[in-house]
Amino acid sequence: MSSAATTAAAVTTSTLASGRSQDRDLRSLAFLGALWFSLFFGVAVLFALIVDTAISGAPRFDSALFTQYTQTFDPERAEALAATGRDPKDLSAAYTGFRSGIVGSIILMITTALLAIPLGVSAAVYLEEFASKTSRFSKVVEVNLQNLAAVPAVIYGMLAATLMAVVGVQRGIAIGGAVALALLILPVVIITTREALRSVPDEIRQGSLALGATVWQTTWRQTLPSAVPGISTGTILGLSRAIGEAAPLVMIGFGAINFAPEFPFVTSKIEAFPLEIFNAASDSKEVVQQAASAGIIVLLAMILGMNAVAIIIRNKFQRSW
Amino acid sequence: MNVTPLRRALVPGVAALALFLTACGGDSSAEEDGSGAGAGDLDTSVTGEVAVDGSSTVYPMTTAAQELMTLDGSPIQVSVGQSGTGGGFEVFCAGETDISNASRPIKDDEEVPVCEENGVEYTELQVAVDALTVVVHPDLAVDCLTVDELIALFGPKSKAENWQDINPEFPDQEITGFIPGADSGTYDYMAADVVADESETLRNDFESSEDDNVLVNGVSGTPGAVGFFGYTYFEENADKLKALEIDSGDGCVAPSAETAQDGSYTPLARPLFIYVSNKSYTEKPAVAEFVDYYVANLETVATGAGFIALNETDYAATKDALAGIGG
Repeated sequence: MSSAATTAAAVTTSTLASGRSQDRDLRSLAFLGALWFSLFFGVAVLFALIVDTAISGAPRFDSALFTQYTQTFDPERAEALAATGRDPKDLSAAYTGFRSGIVGSIILMITTALLAIPLGVSAAVYLEEFASKTSRFSKVVEVNLQNLAAVPAVIYGMLAATLMAVVGVQRGIAIGGAVALALLILPVVIITTREALRSVPDEIRQGSLALGATVWQTTWRQTLPSAVPGISTGTILGLSRAIGEAAPLVMIGFGAINFAPEFPFVTSKIEAFPLEIFNAASDSKEVVQQAASAGIIVLLAMILGMNAVAIIIRNKFQRSW
Repeated sequence: MNVTPLRRALVPGVAALALFLTACGGDSSAEEDGSGAGAGDLDTSVTGEVAVDGSSTVYPMTTAAQELMTLDGSPIQVSVGQSGTGGGFEVFCAGETDISNASRPIKDDEEVPVCEENGVEYTELQVAVDALTVVVHPDLAVDCLTVDELIALFGPKSKAENWQDINPEFPDQEITGFIPGADSGTYDYMAADVVADESETLRNDFESSEDDNVLVNGVSGTPGAVGFFGYTYFEENADKLKALEIDSGDGCVAPSAETAQDGSYTPLARPLFIYVSNKSYTEKPAVAEFVDYYVANLETVATGAGFIALNETDYAATKDALAGIGG
């Protein structure tokens, strides 16, 4: 069946390339053209966007982008302030950087992972290994998980902001943002973990149980370790969605800061990278907008890096039974 | 399962990166203690946190004050949010922030009662002036608008689709409008204080955006287009836009730092404020130190961040208001 389809595709391609075909009627050509257009439309737009951003950010791929905090002063005014004994490089918007955002987003990701992974994996293990698959409860949870995965991020921000206000936690601190982002990626973590557990063959479980292990021992020592590649891939993909989110963090009250977060970082005020890029992009000064473009490329590199780690983990630890 | 080696390598790696970024260069400002001429009477021994939120228009000015104070050696930790003037007052009146940035005065009917209910007393400090600038595409042969023509152009009842609908002497050109979003203080000011229609709205068939750079690109790229935003955005894009002069009865006046300061650019010159919680000011030394520093260096901060500094009378009024908080 599939080989027939492949042959057909190969024939179509070769006949198109050679220009000699018995069924070179207009409709099949138009259809093929539409397919090619669909393929290239998305890729071309993405490519153009990245190249455009990289070009406009080109003047700002320097170390100041990582080592400096946000700097607002008009470059000329910063020069004028040099007369008062201040270093213009520490004020001028031409040297603005995203240090607080990069640090903040790293703290945010670690805290989010610490919250979301244990909760998500435990929930998935319960649903997959312990809960009755036919009960009404499981079905309701199943449907709701799918729905929650599609809820807009800003809603989770409002939820977390209200939660923080009720508990009486200060606005704009790391844990508030981490709660919002953890809630955001929890459905994704649960769903992918369930998929990973489901892909572990039943023979493994039955073998373990037959040798006298309890369900708990089977899950902890056999099923869960076998599912690690799938779980970590899903979790990292969830985290790389979370690192790019700005909307929920606005609701939490994240603001611009120019100081290093203090230990323990979860209760410290932090700034998030995407939010800082957003602020820089809407600045009136062109030098700051350039920095925003450079920041976008850095954020993109961070996300691609996280996705690459997910792929490496999957390839390295994948097992076939 | 041999997952451990990788995990063992990954976690410290990420942690080390975070530590490196937090640690590097953190002490550079501390070394300059004492040498910071122009720091005024900044007391670098005061520590603490200051929470600021509010207008995105005033945001660059307050961050400029924060940056300057850090450079002068203060360890005070100021965080500046920008959830808009209205959003800022919401959290300010709930007692969650110490200072609220505002591009319009607090609303007597909606926001003041909330503050009173929660027992939040505040002081209004004017920190700068902004010349709301009406801009058109550079090729449009219109140079000056009267206030009545502004109302005819932006008012909620306006049906004007051609510049000749506003004034027969204007060119025969279609009008395309780009205006700030209805949540911004800039929109509020134009609607309530300039157009002054009862509904406090503007016409809704103009394109609107919260990002002023979008408005700049819209007006500069569309023949016959008109828009308005803060003076800073015009100043940074003066080569692509034309600012209209405004005639409020005494002849046409162009927007500029001078005309905004001396009050002749009316009614579009608007005050920008910070609202300080009296309780925070008297009970938190960090808040008092930051506000004192902000006001003492107001001109440096305002011009440095691209705003128009206050004239002497208004600056004296701000200093008087500040002195009144403690007493």
